[in-house]
Amino acid sequence: MATILVQDVSKHYGNHQVLDNFSLRIEHGECFTLLGPSGCGKTVLLRLIAGFETPDAGTIRIGDAVVSQADKGIHLPPEQRGLGVVFQDYAVWPHLSVFDNVAYPLKLAGLPRQTIQDRAMESITLVNMAGLEKRLPSELSGGQQQRVALARALVAKPALLLLDEPLSNLDANLREEMRFEIKELQHKLNVTVLYVTHDQEIALALSDRLAILDENGGLRQTGSPVEIFEQPADLFVFNFMGVANLLPVRNEGGICLVGSQPLPAAENACPPGANKLAGFRPTDVCIDHEAPAGSPCLSGKVRRSSFLGPVMDYLVDLDGHSLRVSVDTHEALDRNRMFKEGDACALSFHNLHWFDAPADNVSAGGGSRGAGS
Amino acid sequence: MSASRKSGFGAAHFILGLSIAILVIVVAVPVLLIFLNAFWANGKFNLTDVVAVLSEQETYQALLNSVFIASGTTIGSTIVGTFFAWLVTRTDLPFKKFMRGMFLVPFMLPSFIGALAWKMLLSPRAGYINRFFMDTFGLEEPVFNIYSYLGIMAVEVMYLFPFVFIQVCGALERMDPTLEESARISGAGLFTITRKITIPLVLPSILSGSLLIMLYSMAHFGTVAVLGIENGIYNIPTLIYERIHESAGSFASIRTGTVLASVLVVSAAFIIWLQGKVLGRGRYQIIAGKSFRPVELKLRALRWPLLIFCLAYIGFTIVLPTVVIFLVGGLKTYGLPFTPENLSLDNYKFILFEYQITKDAIFNSVTLGLSAAFITMFAGVMISYVIVKMKVRGKGILEFLGMLPFSVPGSVIALGVILAWSGKYGVNLYNTVWIILVAYIARYMAFSLKANSAALEQVHDSLMEAARACGATMWQTLRDIVLPLVRPGMLAAFFLIFLPSLRELTVSIMLYAPTTRTVGVAIYTLNEDGETVVSAALAGVALVLIITGQTVINRVSARYQRG
Repeated sequence: MATILVQDVSKHYGNHQVLDNFSLRIEHGECFTLLGPSGCGKTVLLRLIAGFETPDAGTIRIGDAVVSQADKGIHLPPEQRGLGVVFQDYAVWPHLSVFDNVAYPLKLAGLPRQTIQDRAMESITLVNMAGLEKRLPSELSGGQQQRVALARALVAKPALLLLDEPLSNLDANLREEMRFEIKELQHKLNVTVLYVTHDQEIALALSDRLAILDENGGLRQTGSPVEIFEQPADLFVFNFMGVANLLPVRNEGGICLVGSQPLPAAENACPPGANKLAGFRPTDVCIDHEAPAGSPCLSGKVRRSSFLGPVMDYLVDLDGHSLRVSVDTHEALDRNRMFKEGDACALSFHNLHWFDAPADNVSAGGGSRGAGS
Repeated sequence: MSASRKSGFGAAHFILGLSIAILVIVVAVPVLLIFLNAFWANGKFNLTDVVAVLSEQETYQALLNSVFIASGTTIGSTIVGTFFAWLVTRTDLPFKKFMRGMFLVPFMLPSFIGALAWKMLLSPRAGYINRFFMDTFGLEEPVFNIYSYLGIMAVEVMYLFPFVFIQVCGALERMDPTLEESARISGAGLFTITRKITIPLVLPSILSGSLLIMLYSMAHFGTVAVLGIENGIYNIPTLIYERIHESAGSFASIRTGTVLASVLVVSAAFIIWLQGKVLGRGRYQIIAGKSFRPVELKLRALRWPLLIFCLAYIGFTIVLPTVVIFLVGGLKTYGLPFTPENLSLDNYKFILFEYQITKDAIFNSVTLGLSAAFITMFAGVMISYVIVKMKVRGKGILEFLGMLPFSVPGSVIALGVILAWSGKYGVNLYNTVWIILVAYIARYMAFSLKANSAALEQVHDSLMEAARACGATMWQTLRDIVLPLVRPGMLAAFFLIFLPSLRELTVSIMLYAPTTRTVGVAIYTLNEDGETVVSAALAGVALVLIITGQTVINRVSARYQRG
């Protein structure tokens, strides 16, 4: 059993409080991702669980064992925690061959030679590196080195696998390929996986559940990928999970107003309150040359038009707010939704998320940010 | 913190404690004793005596001489080193690679042997060059008197300029050529680019090399001892030696010695601090990273004349002195002309197989060198490991102690170990080889720390953490991962200590007893006693040993780098 229980854990470096009373539960056998911007303490949390760092306060359990408990001075060293770790920089030992790298944990365990040979080769085959076992790491590509690191982490059959941004040094194609392989291995081996990344795409593709951390190490939301993406708990999560359009909206006597125009949306139930933000993704905008008969639209102006292959990407100016709009290229061609710079356009929205506008930044509308890739 | 202590006490704190103990015993205690003897009299802090010692005519003069010689040497070496560095990196000088190797040769030649050679060539009456001119052209006066400030500085420049040369070569090569190219595109001429872009960028490297030479020259014993004493020119280290030597450890001489040594330590610390400042400035960052191939200046008509100039320089400063050493070593009597009937291998046979003093000296130097290199290598790797890699409380003390070996010159260490190990504190090692060994360890600890921390910094933390995660304890991680990866650094440290210790003079000269002469001491004392030919022959043997050793290292390290 490798249920991980993190209870009220705090950790600081110098004056910087990285984690403050942090709690989290990761179930046995799930693939759990810690997702957050760099410097949010996600790697620190992984290192605390691995035993490379000691918490200032709080308790960490792996399965039934208490591995760290600050107030009782309990701290199990990493080698006694029975886990596999894969690092961002692979950390494949350059003086050992692929085979020796992978066999090292088994040698330490004092297994008989033949068992070491068999299990190391089994693990090497598992990550599709059979035939390269005699190579030195310097003779391998980055992706191959990462496979070696993975094989090494899995060879002792740990109940828990910790991965710290293992794919971020790989190029885009390889990253996508490895991401599926990790998922597949996890199912095959029934191992609990804790994955740390700042890349929301990987997190969504890989995880059974994920946790979103903010810059200050605060836990914003945990849930399944669909829950996180479709029901973001707050503005931070919504912003972090992809390109976000935010439009300031006023509710005046039950009518939602954007500037002076009423908000045209399929579900036009806007919550009461003066300073609301309507959040939506670029794909959740209907853009047309003129408002279709019978449905009200806001009128804007196209500032920038870029062809990105599968989609058309527009930057639209709406009463001084900039919005990102993306339209499937075929749909744009078929339905005459191609725009040039300076074209007038009509806009309506669906799948709105409502947020309170941050107090210090009421007119934060149009804040569109490209997150992740 | 309390949590880590519970489980990690054994290993981490043991290593930390041992590291601190080594540095305290070997370096800190001797230095402390020097300060104590200098500033502490009759149970209280005493500055008036210090001032009194410093204002004596002789000590005052020695201080001035040290500063004067060091300044002249630094200026000369900086000009020579920068010029040659520029020639071999930024121009189309022919045979650049070969020339570059040649300019590094003085690094491995002991400067006091060089000084001996120049004494043979340019001493006012007996020097071969002076005699040649006086005999041939009937000159009344010698052409050049090597027993002078200028002579001492010239010899030091010949052997010290590679410090600047190597730093500037590195900086010029690592400098991103786009910095200069963009200036050129903006319309700047080559002269403007050199003045406004290149020199400002390379300046930190030049300064850092110069300061290194300043540090070295201030505390340099050999050249001044060989060339200065004749005309009464003393610098700080030679005066310390003179005082300790002639008065056999009287209170007054120890007093003078410790005061002078304190001055050396303080100036060394100041120079190192200054160097850190120079290198620490942000602009140095621009010259980092991988090598580029910079634009070369076409020398055109000057190409071959400059090559001839370089070859002449090398011939005059490296080949000529070396040849003279070997030739004099072959003479029956010093002063005879170099004709075939005067030359033989008898002296070499004599010192290698018959003469007890030189046989002992070679044996002592080799065994001392090997043991010092071995011990210092292992101590250095352990101390560097704590400083670079470990997270334990109390590491700050070690970081401070680790800086000490860098700022303690050889003569200071020698004086310090005399104070510490002469029986006053229970252990008497005076007049044994052990006191020399302890001093060597202190003297070369800096080399070991430098080589080993550089190697350890290459070993990324995650490599060790990966081993821990695989189930390895800290000791297993050290054995299986860290040591194999820092082996090149340890090997470098070993030879960086072994080779210089074969020719060591500054420390050994203050610590030797009749049976514990080292090669350096034997060469120096035989020469002082007028046994010039035997001394030259021994110097020749030392040169052969050193050059062979260096060649072996170059081969080995080249193979390491290739794979």
